[in-house]
Amino acid sequence: MSERAASVTPTEADEQDDDQEQITDSAAPDAAADTGPAETTDSESAPVTTGAEAVIRALENAGVEYAFGVQGGAIMPVYDALYDSEIYHVTMAHEQGAAHAADAYGIVSGEPGICLATSGPGATNLVTGIADADMDSDPMVALTGQVPTEFVGNDAFQETDTTGVTTPVTKDNTFASDSDRVGTDVSEAFALAREGRPGPTLVDLPKDITNGETDAEPDAPTTPDTYQVQERADPEIVAEAAERIENSARPALLLGGGVIKGEASEVCREFAIEHEIPVVTTMPGLGAFPEDHELSMEMAGMHGTGYANMAITHCDTLIAVGTRFDDRLTGGIETFAPDAEVIHVDIDPAEISKNIHADYPLVGDADTAVSQLAEAVDSSPEATKWRAQCQQWKSDYSMAYDAPDDAPVQPEFVVEALDEATSDEAIVTTGVGQHQMWACQYWTFTEPRTWVSSHGLGAMGYGLPSAIGARLAADDDQEVICVDGDGSFLMTLQGLSVAVREELDITVAVLNNEYIGMVRQWQDAFFEGRHAASDYGWMPEFDKLAEAFGAQGFRIDDYDEVADTIEAAVDYDGPSVIDVHIDPEANVYPMVPSGGDNGQFALTEDQL
Amino acid sequence: MKRGLDGPAPEERPTPAGRRNKQGIRIDPEVEATHQPRRTVISALVEHEPGVLSDVSGLFSRRQFNIESLTVGPTDDAELARITLVVEETDPGIDQVKKQLRKLVPVISVRELAPDAMRRELALIKVDAERPDQVAAVADMYGATTVDSSPETATFEVTGARQKIDAAIDTFSQFGIREISRTGMTALARGTDETTGPSPADASVSAADEANQYTETADDD
Repeated sequence: MSERAASVTPTEADEQDDDQEQITDSAAPDAAADTGPAETTDSESAPVTTGAEAVIRALENAGVEYAFGVQGGAIMPVYDALYDSEIYHVTMAHEQGAAHAADAYGIVSGEPGICLATSGPGATNLVTGIADADMDSDPMVALTGQVPTEFVGNDAFQETDTTGVTTPVTKDNTFASDSDRVGTDVSEAFALAREGRPGPTLVDLPKDITNGETDAEPDAPTTPDTYQVQERADPEIVAEAAERIENSARPALLLGGGVIKGEASEVCREFAIEHEIPVVTTMPGLGAFPEDHELSMEMAGMHGTGYANMAITHCDTLIAVGTRFDDRLTGGIETFAPDAEVIHVDIDPAEISKNIHADYPLVGDADTAVSQLAEAVDSSPEATKWRAQCQQWKSDYSMAYDAPDDAPVQPEFVVEALDEATSDEAIVTTGVGQHQMWACQYWTFTEPRTWVSSHGLGAMGYGLPSAIGARLAADDDQEVICVDGDGSFLMTLQGLSVAVREELDITVAVLNNEYIGMVRQWQDAFFEGRHAASDYGWMPEFDKLAEAFGAQGFRIDDYDEVADTIEAAVDYDGPSVIDVHIDPEANVYPMVPSGGDNGQFALTEDQL
Repeated sequence: MKRGLDGPAPEERPTPAGRRNKQGIRIDPEVEATHQPRRTVISALVEHEPGVLSDVSGLFSRRQFNIESLTVGPTDDAELARITLVVEETDPGIDQVKKQLRKLVPVISVRELAPDAMRRELALIKVDAERPDQVAAVADMYGATTVDSSPETATFEVTGARQKIDAAIDTFSQFGIREISRTGMTALARGTDETTGPSPADASVSAADEANQYTETADDD
């Protein structure tokens, strides 16, 4: 419908306003690296005088460097206190973006990301991001304004029962009811978000509580006494599991997101390599094991590699670490690793035998428990045949795709080109859909905390705001690449205004097929090709839209533009957007249909 | 161009011999393959603060746990309350109920009570009082006390195990029941066994062991 000039020539970005705040070292002091009790008697800080100041003091004591949020009536006292703080606040364009940015900050840094919003719509807009953090066990603290206590329950302006709304999607939440206590409420929320199995916490802050006078300094960030975490796994079960591994003929390691959150990537790598055990990861576990290693079978599950799904289906011992056996991983329960005795390491006892029965339940911290296991295993399993079989599967079910020159650009090629153009430490964020799966499949992940995505919730629109959060948590020499879809990008692209204002060096590659592609793929497979509400038919020109925001815009229509355009976009020092017009009919394979047998994955549509 | 990937088709691939059941347990002669739902009593000691009850009830609805009754009341410690739940679930389901409850931050301890635990429920039963002598005789039979009477109605309080209350209601129904209100079950462990402590069988095991441990089914009283 619209005329589009194919252009790969970048145009100059708008000049930045001189008076805009820039991120400087002085605005972002180094975080207190240790996780011990924070100093509550910082001689340089003036004593707190209000609840709001206590809230900010609690964050400062916890070593918080950045906060993401949007102003509004009921949260104003907190922002007023933040005005004098060294904490750098990133004003987002929408609260959903604030929550996703905080979430991504938490994923990349390992420390809780902070998001702020006002009462009512501010708080409800955060909910998608909070739910995302809850599903993916990402550390995050949400602080929401609330109407003054005396109005609570009266349906006051911008009143929502925020603790009520967020109870099902938070690890814990608190309605602050005392100015003397509110700082400690925030400290506790911070500690709870980080300790044990991480997750989002929320403190709802009525305006009278934050405005209220207090001289009470917040306690150090520690969890309440009722919260208990078991760090070490039961040694007897460890010994039994070790024996099982030693005698296994077909062992496989399954590394989940808990490996990365528990800083257990190193010990898992050593364990796998020492005993030559093939490694499969879940989607959140991408980066836990280097995918360029011979033992890596890459990602399993619905769109996992054929060889990962074969390995997981045929193993006789599955050593699963930090995974909750999500249905997208397991497919049908009846056919999931049906020959395997399962050794399950998880810090959350409730994950043990929730979906898959654990024959050897190891409740504990991933790093500690896998170290215990490594120490207990005396001899490597004799699994030469099995390893050869796994290598055979790697060649039988190779991920090689067809990309003829005369066809439209294939998305797999673009993902590989992006990977090629960036370092091993580059961080990848995504939205949700086909592009996300291509990123999982065709990016070679080698380092933990470089993969940032919405796994459990599957929230379209996650990519750009999470790139903003990831950028601020990343080292300067780490590139941040958002592999997005056109539908996902359209949901939260207002975040470009933030990226431009804050001069954030991120590259967004929109794999544009003018479809809600994954839905279109399912409609073709399961709904007789009836494209109900999945065919956009028209999309804005994202390169020009980017330029209207002040970002650098690029466009790719043909293969010969891919490498150069990506190089220019990645090299650009600031936010850039590449509108990549890919083959609209490209599909994601392999595929295990919902509830299907992992071993019976389809390689083409007619196998579904 | 070709769509999709190369490789042996599904029917050409080897398939494993094993299966799992719906609970994710490998079907194996040594591992119990099926689980029948059973009714049990779970007692939780919680911090007495706003929102705990909605946390607990919300947990049950969103995780689709079958809950038969839920009662809550203060304890001898003003800061603590006890929640007594009657649930009907399979063993893995009961296991999940306990672990998910324990995960809530204001929950201090969770325990499934032994089959011999004391279980009591209270009911208020309002009946037509047209035959006062016969009504009084039935009340006497169930140890019910009269709470209120009027020319047309009599209201009795019955306490006891669930079956006793069911039986009392059944017998009172011959007079015409106007209204009933039941409290749901409350319960305590017997003797020196503490309701809040770890289950006797679990006393020396870790959370990991507990994770896969099931106790036996029990009837009320």
